Amino acid sequence: MISTAITDLWYGFGVALEPHNLMYCFLGVLVGNLVGVLPGMGPVATISMLLPLTFGMQPVPAILMLSGVYYGAQYGGAICSILLNLPCHPPHAVTCLDGFPLTKQGKGGTALGITIIAAFIGASFGITEMIFLAPWLVKMALKFGPTEICSLMLVGLLAGSTLARGSPLKGIAMTILGLLVGIVGSDIETGQPRFTFGITELYDGVEIVALALGLFGIAEFMNSINSTESVDMKYAKVGISDMFPSKADLKLAFPPMIRGTVLGSLCALIPGTGPTIASFVSYATEKKISKTPERFGHGAIEGVACPEASTHSSVQGDFIPTMSLGIPGDTVMALLLGALIIHGIVPGPQLIGQHADIFWGLIASFWIGNMLLVILNVPMIGLWVKLLSIPYRYLYPSAMFFVCIGVYAANNDMFQVGETLFIGIVGYILLRLDFHPAPVLLGFVLGPRFEENFRRSLLISRGDLTTFIDSPISAFFLFICVVLIVAQVYVWLRKPKTLTEEKAKVPTSPYSELAE
Amino acid sequence: MRGRIKLKRDYYAGALMVVLGVGAAIVGSGYKFGTLARMGPGFMPVVLGVMLAFVGLLIAGTALASSEPDDAKFMPDNPQWFGWLCIIAGPVLFIILGEYGGMIPAVFVCVFVCALGDKSGTYKSSAILAFGVTVFGVLLFHYFLGIPFPLLRGVNL
Repeated sequence: MISTAITDLWYGFGVALEPHNLMYCFLGVLVGNLVGVLPGMGPVATISMLLPLTFGMQPVPAILMLSGVYYGAQYGGAICSILLNLPCHPPHAVTCLDGFPLTKQGKGGTALGITIIAAFIGASFGITEMIFLAPWLVKMALKFGPTEICSLMLVGLLAGSTLARGSPLKGIAMTILGLLVGIVGSDIETGQPRFTFGITELYDGVEIVALALGLFGIAEFMNSINSTESVDMKYAKVGISDMFPSKADLKLAFPPMIRGTVLGSLCALIPGTGPTIASFVSYATEKKISKTPERFGHGAIEGVACPEASTHSSVQGDFIPTMSLGIPGDTVMALLLGALIIHGIVPGPQLIGQHADIFWGLIASFWIGNMLLVILNVPMIGLWVKLLSIPYRYLYPSAMFFVCIGVYAANNDMFQVGETLFIGIVGYILLRLDFHPAPVLLGFVLGPRFEENFRRSLLISRGDLTTFIDSPISAFFLFICVVLIVAQVYVWLRKPKTLTEEKAKVPTSPYSELAE
Repeated sequence: MRGRIKLKRDYYAGALMVVLGVGAAIVGSGYKFGTLARMGPGFMPVVLGVMLAFVGLLIAGTALASSEPDDAKFMPDNPQWFGWLCIIAGPVLFIILGEYGGMIPAVFVCVFVCALGDKSGTYKSSAILAFGVTVFGVLLFHYFLGIPFPLLRGVNL
């Protein structure tokens, strides 16, 4: 098994190192790092803006680039948290707790250095996990029929909606709303137009780019306009020479990095628990097992190393269910899945076999991209720090331009721009009502495939619903669903304090960027 | 509730979901429902609509049961009517000017209007930003990516 993995990986490096693909991978991580640093921009909005531009490209470079934006943004996000105490990116919010005190003590450079080492270790482990786990999952998943796929999707939808931030009930409501939005358009089997209200442009369904940019672009800008304060750059002076941590720091930070990596990779395997949850869980764990828990919150280097390692390992691990089973765990993955579908690639267990170039090329590009990011971040740290001071008043109008033209370019149709605006306004109202729109995208992407498989499995069983319990695999997935619901009810009745305690301490962000 | 109905945010939230769910179910019931074995196009919309309405009731119901104080208002503390208006006006003007004027006026006006929404945005700073974005946008989207969007309609650039 190891030897086949190595041959496949070798092939992947061949794909990823083609000059064309390498260029787009570099472009992706560069843009990702950039938007990661900029307060008020997130990977979800950026990927949706770039998505229409990839329509004319080959699928491999397109996917490599879009994925690069995602993990590139994680490198940039840490800079913002550590130097400015601004948790613009939820996965790095917890890093503020110890990162910013370190910066105040003049050790911001060390914290950044440790972060990059932790990131690389975490990411490497996450990628290795993907190399070995994904083919194994595929082997199992290839036996799945429509019934099993249906139940598996149900787990994905339920986990994605209940384990994300905010109230689980509202998450479920948003998922159902997303499923309903996914229904808009012509029915696959009968061709009957549904929820189109006589608008011909809607016959092809809602454009994924319009949905994503409405919810995570326009709604976001409406939410953060004039509510952002000018950033305090007092402590944000870092040079390359500050970034090399001392031996003592490294020794202190290394075991937490390993623990964080393992925790993060475990979190990645549970659908719905993305990097954000991973980082909070690992910070809490690290504090609990530390011999000197009182140092946490006052600049403990472990408090930076552990969550950062777990974020990066979870980010890479996030790709596993998406690429092997076709079930995305969070918003970014839902978008990438949408990108695959747009490029004519059917996501699911057959992807690795049919599109080995995408799968193994992607994995190889992770290694290359992470190395590029380390190179980008160490010598160019001064430039990234300067970028932090770009005010939001320049950012959002420029982003609005990208939203408009990106949506237009998707179909060369002005109707889509209006559609995006409408979704944006609805999205803002939902945001004000305390709904987190992330599950909408999840439901939207999975909806049509869920309906198709649901219909097919009941057609096979002649309308007998017990088919979902008769198949042991499907029954197992449904059991997980029940466990998820019971756990949520239990949590709602008990209201445990462990995680909320840490969350309360994190400085509140003016941006509600939902890229988890 | 002893006469005082607190306008909790969750009541609105739940009510909105009930409205959306019932609406979806009503519209969906216009399509053929079918049977479990042979589902028609109306099956999913109706089932999902009913589920959404049910979840909406649960959201409002849990808000009723919770004793937490009503600290969350629907409107933010300082509503940014002008900012919101600018952000909405940007894409609207982009559509109109893009349809009748072309890419250059559409991009310029869209960025200009959006930038005015910021409380520190002046005509001058917004114009400079809009000019810069327009130049960049034309270079990237027209010359590099070549999307079919004339720079100025009626003028052959």
